[in-house]
Amino acid sequence: MARTSSSKENAQALFHSLRSAYAATPVNLKIIDLYVGFAAFTALIQVVYMASVGSFPFNSFLSGVLSCVGTAVLAVCLRIQVNKENKEFKDLPPERAFADFVLCNLVLHLVIMNFLG
Amino acid sequence: MARRLAGFLVLLLVVSICEAAFLFQPISDSHRSAALELFTPDHGSFKSLEETYEALRTFQILGIEKKPDLTATACRSISETVGSSSSTAKDLFYALKANSIAECKIDKKASKGIISRLNASVSGASSLLDFYYSVGGLVLIKDQSSEADVHLADAEGVFRSVKAFSQSDGRWRYSSNNPESSAFAAGIALETLAGIVSLASSEIDQSLISTLKNDIIKLFDSIEKYDDGALYFDDKLVDGHEYQGPLSTTSSVLRGLTAFAAVTAENLNLPGDKMLGLAKFFLGICVPGDAKDFFNQIDSLACLESNRVSIPLILSFPSTVLSLTRKDSLKVGVSTVLGSEVPSLTVKLVGAFSSGSKDASLVESQELNFDKASGLYILNGLPKSIDVGSYTFVFEVVLHEPEHEEVYFMGSQTKVPISVTGLIKVENSEIAVLDSDLGSIESQKKLDLAGKNAISLSANHLQKLRLSFQLTTPHGRSFKPHQAFLKLRHESKVEHIFVVGNSGKQFEIVLNFLGLVEKFFYLSGKYDMELTIGDAAMENSLLVAIGHIELDLPEAPEKAPRPPPQPVDPYSRYGPKAEITHIFRAPEKRPPQELSLAFLGLTILPLLGFLIGLLRLGVNLKNFPTKPVPATFAVLFHVGIGAVLLLYVFFWVKLDLFQTLKLLGFLGVFLVFVGHRILSHLAAASAKLKSA
Repeated sequence: MARTSSSKENAQALFHSLRSAYAATPVNLKIIDLYVGFAAFTALIQVVYMASVGSFPFNSFLSGVLSCVGTAVLAVCLRIQVNKENKEFKDLPPERAFADFVLCNLVLHLVIMNFLG
Repeated sequence: MARRLAGFLVLLLVVSICEAAFLFQPISDSHRSAALELFTPDHGSFKSLEETYEALRTFQILGIEKKPDLTATACRSISETVGSSSSTAKDLFYALKANSIAECKIDKKASKGIISRLNASVSGASSLLDFYYSVGGLVLIKDQSSEADVHLADAEGVFRSVKAFSQSDGRWRYSSNNPESSAFAAGIALETLAGIVSLASSEIDQSLISTLKNDIIKLFDSIEKYDDGALYFDDKLVDGHEYQGPLSTTSSVLRGLTAFAAVTAENLNLPGDKMLGLAKFFLGICVPGDAKDFFNQIDSLACLESNRVSIPLILSFPSTVLSLTRKDSLKVGVSTVLGSEVPSLTVKLVGAFSSGSKDASLVESQELNFDKASGLYILNGLPKSIDVGSYTFVFEVVLHEPEHEEVYFMGSQTKVPISVTGLIKVENSEIAVLDSDLGSIESQKKLDLAGKNAISLSANHLQKLRLSFQLTTPHGRSFKPHQAFLKLRHESKVEHIFVVGNSGKQFEIVLNFLGLVEKFFYLSGKYDMELTIGDAAMENSLLVAIGHIELDLPEAPEKAPRPPPQPVDPYSRYGPKAEITHIFRAPEKRPPQELSLAFLGLTILPLLGFLIGLLRLGVNLKNFPTKPVPATFAVLFHVGIGAVLLLYVFFWVKLDLFQTLKLLGFLGVFLVFVGHRILSHLAAASAKLKSA
């Protein structure tokens, strides 16, 4: 009984510490996190739809899901490059990273639109 | 054109009528009509005097009346040739030949000129043909003109010069330069030598004529033979130019031979069967299709008709198929090759043999009666021993006057195939189904093979079917036809044919179904029965449907052979097939529209959530540049991105990839430029801020 209560308390304490740590992140990183969350949710809704009505036409499903996934991946890459705490990308100006993000997204969405059918 | 076609049809008809081996018909009206068709002059006159002569001679031999216009044109060309001083010996020769038939007048001056020219030609001749034309011309002009003084000065010398071209095998060469020899040239040489002898003013040395006789005998050693007894001469085909063909060669030799025999008093010692063989060769041609061949045939037959060696006589038969039902009599005609009358003689039937058997003759030797009205020898009533079938009758001809035997020649015995037909009696025909073990009859029915039958029987595989009948000839003998078949045909068109065997008159077939089960492919059901009895000598050959039999056969085992596939009716195989309606792929089931729209709404939700989250985070546009130049670039940057996204929407809706890529190229370049400007501006601004 003591163990369960301690694990529950541990979980709560963990959760609180995560929240406070997260609050310390800069705003631009939070925007990017929000964007990734939005892309993931959109992909989830599409999967639920496919599960309910069947996978015809399959190419449309794939292009929809992959566009969400792709854009989420590119956003994650942007976050890595823009994060000031990341020593690896110290010399890379964030504007440059943002330009890469925009360009890659445009190419991704061209392919997606082609595959959409 | 129509006349030519009609003529061709006449020729075809005549050729089809003409008998084949062993039977030779003398010349008849069919020849005369064919001659009129073949020898039609082109625009009233023939191409050359040679052709004119051939036409006139043919008409003369066949007894066709001379057409006045033909004679007139012939006379014109004859007088032209005779009058012209540039005519060669060959032209004069043929002109005079034609004139011997056309009988146009040649005036004295012209004939004198001809004689002198021909004499000169004889003296200057070097080849066989030169001699032939000049000597021949002189012989003809001697008969035609009133000049009595036509003779060869040095007949013996000319004789020897011509003889010099001869060879040891009896053939002749054309000239001393040309080593090739031929029998055709031999014929020409003989004719020339005959002419020389007749023109000679004094007697020619008899030894020369004897050597010539030997040459003729040697020439006849090279004669060739056909199976039906025809004899002919043929040269080896060395040079196609000179080759004449057996018909021309044989007629040339015959002409030479008869011409020579006519001028010499000596006996040529040629056996008569050689002349008969030559007659068979010419008659065996029937009606030739070519004018030259026709002339050669008719001219040679005319030579055979009246020559001093021997005149062959031939037997002709109006019909070689005799019917016992009609009580036909055997009729025989005897004539010369051109169909003229012969002296009195007797025709004897010396024997009749069944085809294919070497037994003794079926008839005694008997004479045929001469019927004055038809000119034929008739055997009244066939003897009882001659029944239905095919036979070889042997005839002999005996001349009444012994001196005629020197002049005429009739072969020793002539064998002729004769067919006798008649009605065959089909009697006692019955069909029965028997039990196999005991042989007891289960059902038996009488058949009427002459009329209709509709017998209905049934049997199983343990029983037998027996069909029997009797065949009798008109004279009461047994008869074995070529065909005696019983055919059983199943409903599925599978057929089986069985041969009906016989012993004497009784024909019987027993079908033991136990042994035939496998042959019938185990097919039970209704079988139609059909009986065929046929023979060439049977006037009432029959093919009757007897009826049908229901056969009950056991089931086929697994490994039993299947019946062969029956031939498919060709019209059904290549006829129209059933129409195909194309079934397209059924479209996929789509979800109901409401559900799809609902989810569309659901998809928008995360976007709204994103925007709300952004507001909660406190995003602002404070970093938007305020100075005009960077501001425009910033605006253009956002406009550019918006334009690209709009382009993608259009791409999805309307455009194709190439158009999109083209536009994207422009937009992309613009966007890169603008983006670079604004972003580098922002980067510079933040760097200034950091350093400051």
